[in-house]
Amino acid sequence: MSPPSGRRLALWLALALALAGAAAVLVGESALTAGQYADALLRPDSGAGVVLWQVRSPRAVVAGLVGAALGLSGAVMQGLLRNPLADPGVLGVSALAAFAAAVAVVLGLAAVPGVVELAALAGAAAAGGLLVLFSARVRSPEALILFGVALSSFAGAATALIFNLSPSPIASAEVMGWLLGSVQNRSWIDAGWVLPAVLAAAALAAAAAPGLRMLSLGEETARASGLPMGRLRVLALLAAALATGAAVAVAGVIGFVGLAAPHLVRAAVRGDPGRLLAPSALAGALMLVVADVLARITPTDQELKLGVFTALVGAPLFALIAWRAAREWRL
Amino acid sequence: MTPALTLQGATARLGGRTALDGVDLAVGAGELVALVGPNGAGKSSVLRALAGLLPLTAGVARLGDAAVGALAPRQRAARAAWLPQERRIAWNLPAVEVAALGAPFLAGPQALAAARRALAEVEADHLADRGVAEMSGGERARVLLARAFAADAAALLADEPVAGLDPDAQLLVLERLRARARAGQAVLVSLHDLTLAARCADRVVVLDQGRVAADGPPLQALAPPVLARVFGLSGRWIGTADGPLLSGTRYSEGSGAGVVSSGSPAETG
Repeated sequence: MSPPSGRRLALWLALALALAGAAAVLVGESALTAGQYADALLRPDSGAGVVLWQVRSPRAVVAGLVGAALGLSGAVMQGLLRNPLADPGVLGVSALAAFAAAVAVVLGLAAVPGVVELAALAGAAAAGGLLVLFSARVRSPEALILFGVALSSFAGAATALIFNLSPSPIASAEVMGWLLGSVQNRSWIDAGWVLPAVLAAAALAAAAAPGLRMLSLGEETARASGLPMGRLRVLALLAAALATGAAVAVAGVIGFVGLAAPHLVRAAVRGDPGRLLAPSALAGALMLVVADVLARITPTDQELKLGVFTALVGAPLFALIAWRAAREWRL
Repeated sequence: MTPALTLQGATARLGGRTALDGVDLAVGAGELVALVGPNGAGKSSVLRALAGLLPLTAGVARLGDAAVGALAPRQRAARAAWLPQERRIAWNLPAVEVAALGAPFLAGPQALAAARRALAEVEADHLADRGVAEMSGGERARVLLARAFAADAAALLADEPVAGLDPDAQLLVLERLRARARAGQAVLVSLHDLTLAARCADRVVVLDQGRVAADGPPLQALAPPVLARVFGLSGRWIGTADGPLLSGTRYSEGSGAGVVSSGSPAETG
């Protein structure tokens, strides 16, 4: 039966994640000798020690947390909207979060602690609310994707407008770089506030899991079977918005992880949108930690931005999933 | 004894038009009642009102002794199981887990046991571990019927349970619903096929434009004047070894003979 296979999958993913994390700490642009590694392990405040523990480790942890947040968010959104193409990036949740954060930055509020983060969260929640409103009125899964694409384009245009009108080109360039998506130079302080946000999102998602499973039968049947839809929507939306908002606030827009992670593990849990959540978060974390290592060791003059990297891999995958889903929907 | 399902003066609006207009109806334990009527007559609305999916603007819907609106969602589900007409399932879940969703108030292992029993009841135990996306429409219909059975609720509300099924599958579904009624459940089912309704139901309720046009034993409720007025059919019932058979033609075309039964692919009523 499937529950053990789902749990075994989660264990394997956790193991792979630990290995990837170790690789992310040990491998980097500055090649270290064996002596330096030993030095770093024994004396964390040595030069090599700082590289390993204050530069690479927090970066890997943030990459993992952002990946977990996006993988979780994608799984929750796919379950709530009953759509295998749902993803915070595709449907504009990340874009609206980024827009809200950019507004906060341009207004000069970046110096006030927590404001950019809260703005990103509010943007994500607003996008989630719009998507749920739309999906409650229009049943067709294709139409929902189109609506999300429109939302994403609009948020992108609004962000561009802000840069266009912004008086300070330096602030614009900075925000622009952040929007491309990266975990470069992230510190333990960043990891320290993303972790509780992701844990809270995970707890909300866990509470929504049985409801998401029931929702597989459609909203009406789920309601007739005793599912309080309003409560489920609030739980799932908060989980997705919190996870996406935190991810965008710390790392900018990183697309397609939320789409791909659930897709990779769905067969192992036999489609169950409730049991999908934990493996999907782990798969997302694994994907981003590995992607960040690859982005770092790819020999380019400018370091590859993580968001650019995931989009290059993710967009073709999206096309593939869309092709399969279209056959299922008999388009 | 309090009927398991009651509507009293039930009135409801749906998208600006009156879907139910003062419907009175009761279904007791051990009774199988068929709801028939032309498309848009209010069959689905009656079922949805009883399932708590359609709020009433006047009148009351009761499950047992309690008003539908006064029950918590879980209590409502425990009193009346719902079999939707829509058979789409979003993910490729195994049949046994879909059936187990009918008993969400049971702990995991008990729910799965109830699901396996229900699958056996609809002759689908061999499908238990198959994914529902890999099934034919008929197989998925049986899995969803098993889900409705797994709840073991006092009443069963089935919206067009035989729509779009092969004749033998239609008979299997109605046979199982009959067996459930004999075992003491109150079963209310909407049907398009008048011959099937006349054969399987203890009682037939004919709906017309949101009102009850007739309510009684099948051949009485579906007497020729009702057929003419509600369905526009000039018909009569012929007794056969397998039960009554409706022979009729469209009213305007006079009195030729043509059989109008046999499961038309139904739409939402």
